[in-house]
Amino acid sequence: MTDVSEHVTDFNEVNKGLSEENAVLEALRCMNCVRPSCVKGCPVCIDIPAFVEKVANRDFAGAVGVVKENNMLPAICGRVCPQETQCEGSCILARKEKPVSIGALERFVADWEREHGVKTPEVAAPTGKKVAVVGSGPAGLTAAAELARMGHSVTVFESLHAAGGVLMYGIPNFRLPKEIVQAEIEQVKALGVEIKLNHLVGRSVSTEELLAYDAVFLGTGAGLPYFMGIEGENLCGVYSANEFLTRVNLMHANCFPGFDTPVKRGAKVVVAGGGNVAMDAARVARRLGAEVTLVYRRREEDLPARAVEVTNAQAEGVNFVCCANPVQVLGEKTVSGVECVRMEMCELDASGRPKPSCIEGSNFVLEADVFIEAIGQGPNPLLVSMLPALTRERRGNVIVDEDGQTTIARVYAAGDVATGAATVIWAMGSAKKAAAAIDRMLRAE
Amino acid sequence: MYLVEEATQLADKVFQMWIHAPQVARHARAGQFLILRIDETGERIPITISAVKGDSVRVIFMTIGKTTEHLSTLKKGDALRDVVGPLGKPSEIRKYGTVVVIGGGVGVASTPIIAREAKEAGNHVIGIIGARNKDLLLLEDEMKEICDELFITTDDGSKGIHGFASTVLEQLLKERELGCVWIIGPAIMMKVTSGVTKPYGVKTFVSLNPIMVDGTGMCGSCRVTVGGETKFACVDGPEFDAHQVDFGGLMQRQRMYVDEEKEALEHFHHPHGGCGCCGGEH
Ligand SMILES: Cc1cc2nc3c(=O)[nH]c(=O)nc-3n(C[C@H](O)[C@H](O)[C@H](O)COP(=O)(O)OP(=O)(O)OC[C@H]3O[C@@H](n4cnc5c(N)ncnc54)[C@H](O)[C@@H]3O)c2cc1C
Ligand SMILES: Cc1cc2nc3c(=O)[nH]c(=O)nc-3n(C[C@H](O)[C@H](O)[C@H](O)COP(=O)(O)OP(=O)(O)OC[C@H]3O[C@@H](n4cnc5c(N)ncnc54)[C@H](O)[C@@H]3O)c2cc1C
Ligand code: SF4
Ligand code: SF4
Ligand code: FES
Repeated sequence: MTDVSEHVTDFNEVNKGLSEENAVLEALRCMNCVRPSCVKGCPVCIDIPAFVEKVANRDFAGAVGVVKENNMLPAICGRVCPQETQCEGSCILARKEKPVSIGALERFVADWEREHGVKTPEVAAPTGKKVAVVGSGPAGLTAAAELARMGHSVTVFESLHAAGGVLMYGIPNFRLPKEIVQAEIEQVKALGVEIKLNHLVGRSVSTEELLAYDAVFLGTGAGLPYFMGIEGENLCGVYSANEFLTRVNLMHANCFPGFDTPVKRGAKVVVAGGGNVAMDAARVARRLGAEVTLVYRRREEDLPARAVEVTNAQAEGVNFVCCANPVQVLGEKTVSGVECVRMEMCELDASGRPKPSCIEGSNFVLEADVFIEAIGQGPNPLLVSMLPALTRERRGNVIVDEDGQTTIARVYAAGDVATGAATVIWAMGSAKKAAAAIDRMLRAE
Repeated sequence: MYLVEEATQLADKVFQMWIHAPQVARHARAGQFLILRIDETGERIPITISAVKGDSVRVIFMTIGKTTEHLSTLKKGDALRDVVGPLGKPSEIRKYGTVVVIGGGVGVASTPIIAREAKEAGNHVIGIIGARNKDLLLLEDEMKEICDELFITTDDGSKGIHGFASTVLEQLLKERELGCVWIIGPAIMMKVTSGVTKPYGVKTFVSLNPIMVDGTGMCGSCRVTVGGETKFACVDGPEFDAHQVDFGGLMQRQRMYVDEEKEALEHFHHPHGGCGCCGGEH
């Protein structure tokens, strides 16, 4: 990896990836285990030793073929999977030295293929069945690709003007270049999947029209931003991370006025939260030229973001204020500061983490002209609330069985709408299972 | 791409456009809006759906900044990059008895579709449309045809009643039993006019126009305070109970980007090369 701090003014990808030589050397480290534990760590069960061996033998085309058996979006996953807790975390070598860099190798073969011409996988004979997929995030794209390969006619409905879900509007370019997302989406389309952009299901497509399909897959994600509910939250200059990131990633506000959508760049930006979303918002704000302070209510070691994201944010000059929580946004019409209170850690909560609680009278003010809340998202309620027969749990997640089947016949759901905000690969893994179940149901008829 | 089928000027700075957008036209109802983006570098802007015919929808807009100015230069045969809709909840139309539909300025654009649906639901429909002067008055013929009664007001008295819609409304409230009132116009006009119905306890809807991005409930840019609660106007509205709305908060947030808007307009009139980060092509 290159020195991150030199990138802080542009939106180019930070991690430059492996060279061919280094990829081969890295692949040679794999011991090709008979019972590979790494595969168990991968939510879509890529045959890791098989593809890594092909890399070691310089059969890059063969390697990417193996990966694509189980994962249609390898260039994306190779970049954004939390490998340290998944495949790499489970690699036998993780215990001794360093695990095989499976993510980097996956990315390498996917990038190699994009540069050397992509081969579209075979598609089964048409079944005559029509499936509607709602949402074009990783869950929707995976379900669509799987179902199309099985011979079903698939229509994806996406409300935004670009396909990709969070991959397009949430995760910034410097972690996941948008051309790469679009190139992988082109591969899904090459399977015969039709993507209808600018179609908000529930509004542009009625629920009756939706339920008239032979099967329905809901991949509408967890796009509803939570707000803290503190005073001053509606001042000009207060953003949800979703809005801030959407303005920059999807609408290119960083290129304003070349692009029309504005964003408040801020001289001093405060970000509340400690997850990947908070890191992304903070790193974007840095690139827009602001001094950035991230406020997190627990301790530094409790930060839920990936370690590498925290390290990058720190290297790029984001200040971390841990054990503190915003209680009020200050300002007349626009933000002038964020009042916070110090937190102390009490007994462990259900998740095994210490419970934070306020220290009375410890309030302090961080100067700021922009305040970004990155405290979590819930499932987008629009469509699911229009399907009264769909059972949801308290937080709004759609309840599904292990096949992704919802409480409505022929309607399946996977990804963040079912799990709550999770990861790209979990969305894909659960979507794959649902696609298989949809296929079984359609063939049984 | 969404074809512009007709583009005409209705008044100073006010334009009408018919756009081919079947997925919007098919389900559009009174009170809903669409979001359009002119081209690849464009902003997503919300505009009310003012009429529907076959696969096409009509929008009426006033040029106040970069995007609306750019939109006003488009002609029949041009195309918009994106149109999504219908967005927002439809107006709560049912049989109320006598209803009043009030439009001020470009807000008049939203009134025919509400008046028509209210009429079809069996209401006696009174329209009040207002403008600064007679040259800025919109959709008079159309409203005359739909409404059982139509009042016209101008600020300068050049046509109809000299004064504001609120003056006429006040009179109606005194004389008649009103079931429901819709008020659509600039925030300040909605605030003032809905103040008139409050003492009478008449159900009053206003259509809020905060700054939006996605229009699907994903960003929170459009949040407004209604009855002390935060609502997202794009999915929970845009119509809300007027007497619960925090208009001050709405108007404050509408002004969030005034400086940037000036810059965008300046850039539109005098483009000065690229920003450097997109290869200079924009
Ligand atoms: C800023 C950010 C950074 C992240 N970083 C990482 C990371 O590094 N690694 C990782 O693994 N995960 C990361 N995640 C989480 C990951 O992106 C999500 O778990 C994943 O995208 C979920 O996929 P999905 O397909 O379920 O939903 P989404 O990606 O949310 O896609 C849902 C799509 O459905 C569309 N939609 C919603 N409702 C409708 C409707 N009614 N009609 C039509 N379309 C509709 C939406 O517009 C959207 O495009 C991050 C998330 C965010 C927000
Ligand atoms: C639900 C809804 C329905 C609307 N219906 C109509 C209509 O029928 N006719 C009409 O002329 N206008 C309508 N508007 C307002 C219209 O969206 C704005 O005039 C337009 O976005 C201005 O863009 P601009 O680039 O030309 O001006 P700018 O210079 O960018 O902005 C001028 C003013 O418009 C408002 N505005 C700017 N950007 C947005 C945005 N993305 N979303 C909402 N408001 C914004 C702000 O208050 C700003 O101060 C509606 C707005 C909403 C929310
Ligand atoms: S998809 Fe993710 S978890 Fe699976 S092998 Fe690739 S990087 Fe690892
Ligand atoms: S566990 Fe590690 S060493 Fe073994 S096959 Fe998987 S990647 Fe190779
Ligand atoms: S415009 Fe984004 S939530 Fe309403």
